[in-house]
Amino acid sequence: MGQKITIEPVTRVEGHGKVTIHIDNDGNVNQTRLHIVEFRGFERFVQGRPYWEAPVLVQRLCGICPVSHHLAAAKALDVIVGAGTGDGLTPTGEKMRRLMHYGQMFQSHSLHFFHLASPDLLFGIDSDPMTRNVIGVALANKDLAVQGVMMRKFGQEIIEATAGKKIHGTGAIPGGINKHLSNADKDHFLNGKAPMNIDNMISWSQDALEFFKDYHSKNKGIIDQFCEFPSSHLSLVRKDGALDLYHGVLRAVDKDGNIILHDIDYQDYTKYIDEEVRAWSYMKFPYLKEFGKQAGWYTVGPLARMNTAEFIDTPLAQKEFQLFKDYNEGKPSHKPMHAHWARLIEILHSAEKMKTLLNDEDLMEGELVAKGKKQSEGIGLIEAPRGTLFHHYKVNEHDQIDMCNLIVSTTNNNQPMNNAVNQVAVREMSKKPEITEGMMNAVEVAIRAYDPCLSCATHALGQMPLEIALFDQNNKLIQKKRNV
Amino acid sequence: MKKILVYGYGNPGRQDDGLGILLVEEIESWAKAKGFESVETDSNYQLNIEDAYQLNKYDIVIYADASIEDIEQYKLEEIVPELNPNFSMHSVSPAFVIGLCKELYNEIPVSYVFHIKGYEWEFMTDLSERAIANLEAASVFLKTQIESFINEQY
Repeated sequence: MGQKITIEPVTRVEGHGKVTIHIDNDGNVNQTRLHIVEFRGFERFVQGRPYWEAPVLVQRLCGICPVSHHLAAAKALDVIVGAGTGDGLTPTGEKMRRLMHYGQMFQSHSLHFFHLASPDLLFGIDSDPMTRNVIGVALANKDLAVQGVMMRKFGQEIIEATAGKKIHGTGAIPGGINKHLSNADKDHFLNGKAPMNIDNMISWSQDALEFFKDYHSKNKGIIDQFCEFPSSHLSLVRKDGALDLYHGVLRAVDKDGNIILHDIDYQDYTKYIDEEVRAWSYMKFPYLKEFGKQAGWYTVGPLARMNTAEFIDTPLAQKEFQLFKDYNEGKPSHKPMHAHWARLIEILHSAEKMKTLLNDEDLMEGELVAKGKKQSEGIGLIEAPRGTLFHHYKVNEHDQIDMCNLIVSTTNNNQPMNNAVNQVAVREMSKKPEITEGMMNAVEVAIRAYDPCLSCATHALGQMPLEIALFDQNNKLIQKKRNV
Repeated sequence: MKKILVYGYGNPGRQDDGLGILLVEEIESWAKAKGFESVETDSNYQLNIEDAYQLNKYDIVIYADASIEDIEQYKLEEIVPELNPNFSMHSVSPAFVIGLCKELYNEIPVSYVFHIKGYEWEFMTDLSERAIANLEAASVFLKTQIESFINEQY
């Protein structure tokens, strides 16, 4: 009997989605899809609003990565107020924003590793879901759990010090930033009582990497063979090819590492990237126009950034980057579980960057805002924790937003997430007499490697229970299961 | 004097979802005017693992949140550590935070969730009319409750 299995929403993933797995009469998985089931139109909501409100308004999208939206919107509006396309800000304006962004990256990646990924690594994919969470980590490895909590806390404090407040931060404004870093905050982050200081954060970032590498050496089957499929990869890189999470040119490489999108100015992104709508999902499918809808899809995020960048400009992270590249023999990694490794390298890089910035006097003094000739259109890109985030605005003569288009990181990863889910489902669920909790979680592990934020991706608000439903070939419900 | 944390969470850009945040703003002003130095406040979009950090230094923690449950205007509910993970872990429940605190520090404060009934959740900052009334009533109640907590003996 053909079956359709539904997993919704996917646990420990930001936002809500569901997975349907169709099994044919012979028990083979023959179709797998990651669905997005809710939609509310944020892009239409901002139409008619004064453009300068956008960096605050976009934080209403969701509370998961408001800083990334805040900064991407501000970068787009830099163009509109004539402050250039990423290189026209004052030193203070750019460095304060970068500090905010590295704080966001540090805390977001820390949450993902310690809270979402490490339980799978520590306890195994098919372990009891009740222990496969951060409290399980605390019981098994208290030091690791404490480090995760305090790294999150440190990143949040950096955000608060630069954005002004935790909720609806106002730090980034069109053309710059609205405040300097206080001397008290600088001293707190640099010389705070251990362990809450930047040197300790760097040290813990290294410890987390060592934990992962040790795990990897003993569990290559999970990390290297859990899932693998060829993909193109896309991200911002600095003009000299360095990893740059805040600003750069847009580069894509193919599965062999050949550059196929040649460091373009992202103000021209519409010439190169389009989005396809498919009837079964509210989340669009972006693709590189040159290669068409079928072949033009790409991956974004930490793993993509390791694959597109040529080097990292901080010494400790560069050393780890080289180990990563050597392990993959200089070629792009197509293993989604390597994203955990990449994420940890970026945690270390962000910590090093924060230390450099905290010692920079430009944060404490200097002009905050740059201005120029007003424009009617602006595009802002940033490397958010989950990948490349696009904000595109057009404004009218009354300074109102006429058009808004957002391509969020998770949308960019739509096709690769679907591919990963399909590969794991075919392997784990075909010809098996019973669908186990471990099999279900294996599918979710594949999705979690991308750290998706589905509420952002659909610009949606809503909550659903975790539900697993089993259908036969006639879509008749056979079994329904809720995890909570 | 008992050390109390009032923590509001929600998104004030989503209409009534900001009830917890707005309540905390009111409590912060009130505690300052009253000179209640042992009453601290905090807020964020949602709770997460870092909120367990040093939570054990408080005697009482009150989490204020908008509620879609079938309650009247507000409800104060004592909670215990809960080790069950949420199915969507981009945020965690107050009980989960308390549970994590217990595992990390071996002690926890007496903890409550203060539910305030909300009705509208659109991309707006203004509360619905009924939510405004609930916020006012909830604020009066919680101030009385906090004064009672402060005066309790150890």
